[in-house]
Amino acid sequence: MSSELKIVNGRVYDPANNIDGQVQDICIRDGKIVDSLSGNAKKIDAHGMIVMPGAVDIHCHIAGAKVNLARKLQPEDHRLDVHPKTAVTRSGTGGVVPSTFATGYRYATMGYTTAMEAAVPPITARHTLEELDDTPVIDKGFYVLLGNNAFLYKLLKEGRKKEFKEAIAWWIDSVHAYTLKLVNVGSDELWKGRKNANITNVNEKIDHYDITPTHVIESFIEAAHELGLPHPPHVHCNNLGHSGNISTTLDTMKAAQGRRVHMAHIQFHSFGGELNKDAVSGVRPIIDYINENKNITADVGQVMFGKATAMTADAPLAWMLRNVKFNKWVNADTECESGCGIIPFSYQSNVYTHALQWAMGLELFLLSKDPWRVLLSTDHPNGGSFMSYPKLIKLLMDSGYRKEALDQVNQKAINKTELRDLEREYTLNEIAIITRAGPARALGLSNKGHLGVGADADITVYTEEDDKEKMFNAPRYVIKDGVTIIKDHEFATDHKGKLLHSKPGYNQDIAGEIEPFFEDYYSVKFNNYAISDEYLHKHEEIPTQPNS
Amino acid sequence: MSEAAPKKPEEKKNIKIVKDATCTFCGCVCDDMELTVDLDEHRITKAKKACVLGRAWFYEHTLDDRPVVLIDGKEASLEEGIETAAQVLVDAKFPITYGLSDSPCEAQRVAVDIMDTINGNIDTTTSVCHGPSGMAFQGVGESTATLGEIKNRADLVIYWGGNPAESHPRHFTRYAVTPKGMYIPNGKKDRTVVIVDVRKTPSSPVADILVRVKPGKDFEVLWALRALVKGKKICDDIEEQTGVSREMLDDLVTRMKNAQYGVLFFGMGLTMTRGRHFNSGALLSLAADLNEFTHFVAKPVRGHGNVTGADNVVSWQTGYPFGVNFNRGYPRFNPGEFTTTDVLSRGEADAAMIIASDPASNFPKKAIEHMKKIPIISLDAKETVTSKIAKVRFAVATYGINTGGTVYRMDDVPISLRPAFECHYPSDQEVLEGIRNRVKELLSGSKVRTAA
Repeated sequence: MSSELKIVNGRVYDPANNIDGQVQDICIRDGKIVDSLSGNAKKIDAHGMIVMPGAVDIHCHIAGAKVNLARKLQPEDHRLDVHPKTAVTRSGTGGVVPSTFATGYRYATMGYTTAMEAAVPPITARHTLEELDDTPVIDKGFYVLLGNNAFLYKLLKEGRKKEFKEAIAWWIDSVHAYTLKLVNVGSDELWKGRKNANITNVNEKIDHYDITPTHVIESFIEAAHELGLPHPPHVHCNNLGHSGNISTTLDTMKAAQGRRVHMAHIQFHSFGGELNKDAVSGVRPIIDYINENKNITADVGQVMFGKATAMTADAPLAWMLRNVKFNKWVNADTECESGCGIIPFSYQSNVYTHALQWAMGLELFLLSKDPWRVLLSTDHPNGGSFMSYPKLIKLLMDSGYRKEALDQVNQKAINKTELRDLEREYTLNEIAIITRAGPARALGLSNKGHLGVGADADITVYTEEDDKEKMFNAPRYVIKDGVTIIKDHEFATDHKGKLLHSKPGYNQDIAGEIEPFFEDYYSVKFNNYAISDEYLHKHEEIPTQPNS
Repeated sequence: MSEAAPKKPEEKKNIKIVKDATCTFCGCVCDDMELTVDLDEHRITKAKKACVLGRAWFYEHTLDDRPVVLIDGKEASLEEGIETAAQVLVDAKFPITYGLSDSPCEAQRVAVDIMDTINGNIDTTTSVCHGPSGMAFQGVGESTATLGEIKNRADLVIYWGGNPAESHPRHFTRYAVTPKGMYIPNGKKDRTVVIVDVRKTPSSPVADILVRVKPGKDFEVLWALRALVKGKKICDDIEEQTGVSREMLDDLVTRMKNAQYGVLFFGMGLTMTRGRHFNSGALLSLAADLNEFTHFVAKPVRGHGNVTGADNVVSWQTGYPFGVNFNRGYPRFNPGEFTTTDVLSRGEADAAMIIASDPASNFPKKAIEHMKKIPIISLDAKETVTSKIAKVRFAVATYGINTGGTVYRMDDVPISLRPAFECHYPSDQEVLEGIRNRVKELLSGSKVRTAA
């Protein structure tokens, strides 16, 4: 028996289909959008309400080894923000690193129906898959960390580009990842092998490998292009958080040579000024470059004042932050694959750098000429919790509110930015792009981020309010796969979302190349490393489109 | 403990070889076993690569003919067992679950779900082993690494308060001392091994440097090392207080600061002696401090096969690693209040589900006395003191030998198990899912509280 639902009389924002606030009906059958229904479909009367596709978070940290370490690290954060169960949902704890159940439910209460975990070392991917299976409602996937992979570096050093590409595909397939992630390329070897050193120049040689970060980044972008991954390499540039890092960021974007690349949390990579001196905003050259180069997508990584948690595969960065306050710090080295650092953090409006970062994020949004390519994120929980997205939306949509807010933060910082001169206000259509249509398109998710026929019936319905924070904080209805999860602001039922993953093709012989390396340098057996399909649970393979 | 294989495999026809099987006896979770399985006899006749403990674990595993379920000592069906267990749990005002460290994550996840559903209390064997390390972690964090990184890079390996030669025999040979690694081409020759303990143990011969600490003085030694690392003064009578000479401390500090990649492993000799989480915290802080000079990591040497998985599962579902209470309809954490020895000793729990552990044999007397007064539901692969006093006793399959699932090695690396042969007992996951489903039916949402 098919289930049918019709949302009638709502004002629809569906930018992918050029629908900008027209009143339209949305028809749903068996979890998909269809063009018409039988006469006896259930109805939701959305008169006076805003209808949008479910939102898509292109970059967040919600599941896996490092997230769980950050959770364990902060009991003080959980006890202040409990998440009681309801008749239909599990309990949990919140704070900036919520438990898995709280994460799924809270995303849903923000109108989000898809979220991508942005950094997973392959050896612990099984853990991520288990946590994602316990993350309800939303669809989800993850990016696998390959940018400091010792075996792949060895292939690059030997100039074996073909095997390099095959091995990348093997890794993505073996752990059921969505795409690949590069973080502070080249740094792990120095961090672990040279007494906590870091790479500071993308054109310096990486210890032991005789290759540069630029070469590594170029090679990954080229290989991902050939494999036709649904989403290109997701890049966390070198020198994050350092004054003057814009030159590194520009070099990295240029290394794409016109091919698709996604720049993660670009705000953290947009510092002007000189190294080791006070930073200034370097947003202008970065956003100009992005505006001009259509091969690039980026998420902003907005900083929001209040509690955050630095949680990153960039171990030297976490160490730098540790040495600011000497509070509790986690470092976790992953053999042959990655580093990791975690620091509880708080962004304060009176602190120069924090206020500067807050303003730089807003500058990026307001100077962006293409909302399809500059997307909303806080790099949750690095810049702040995903729970702060409604406030961020209000900052973008309401220039009066933004003006009041910027008067209350460190003025020396604001004076180093253009923020005071930016009058732009985002429209609802543009918000729908940076939170829905844009991330879905950048991810290559053709069934998400829009309400056209054939799309997944992931839909949010908001009561229209002048206060956009209030509006986006509590959708009236959230529909996932055609099922009404939230009805009149309350959970009506529980729901399990699916894992989104890709499966690039490759020559199986590459496994024979990788295996001996495992015997020598890994602590798990090669045969026990690839993850069986049982861990996929409910899932959808997003097809690749190889380019030769 | 038998070390010799009972029979030569060649004589048998129905033989199966399982390559790259995993031993779940201890926290090393070695995944390179080659098991020879006699399918007629339902036993493992050879376990290549296994250590003495692993061989005993595999060879001594035979299928007995215990009934799957006993209720009040009488044989019953699985369905009856599940029904009675669900009734006991639903009727209780303060139900608790304890154990979980020899159970795969898939079962652990269901156990937390049950306690969430009935507003119970969940705790694992972590609370009586490395619980203090978990608390120290919450206080100061941890610089740590996977074991392969230690194999590849560690040139200074320090064990503190542990005896791996007897408790984790392959910790030395597979991971941390003898293996050759990427930047340790000559294995043990390229490493300096230090063992800090209150006594000589069978692990001592592995050490290049042996440090004997007076019992109960670990914290003082660790704190003195922290001071010396930071170039601060320490008291003159340190040797008198701790048994460790100033020269020895200075030598250790020099070695630690000059190491290329150092590691501090620590065991229950540190966490379960005077000082407890202060000891673990001091050690974790020392490792963190040393990063101002070089690269340094630390790691608790965890005991049970999947105690690390239990920490992970309970953390991701509740935010806290052990000692979690759902009485108010959401998780709360308080060691000393919600840890099992405490809720039992105070006589608070009125029903207990014990999974893959034997508290009746090793808990404080007061706690055991209370266990005898309340209905116990027991899930265990072997008969234990706890299973003998259980109202409902489930005999379950042994993980890693008869059933699969996921376990986490002591360094948080997750590994999938390859079962050797099937058995007629249900897995603990199956039993727990049955209980969970029945509990939910019985309650149908009625244990939701609207106010705290």
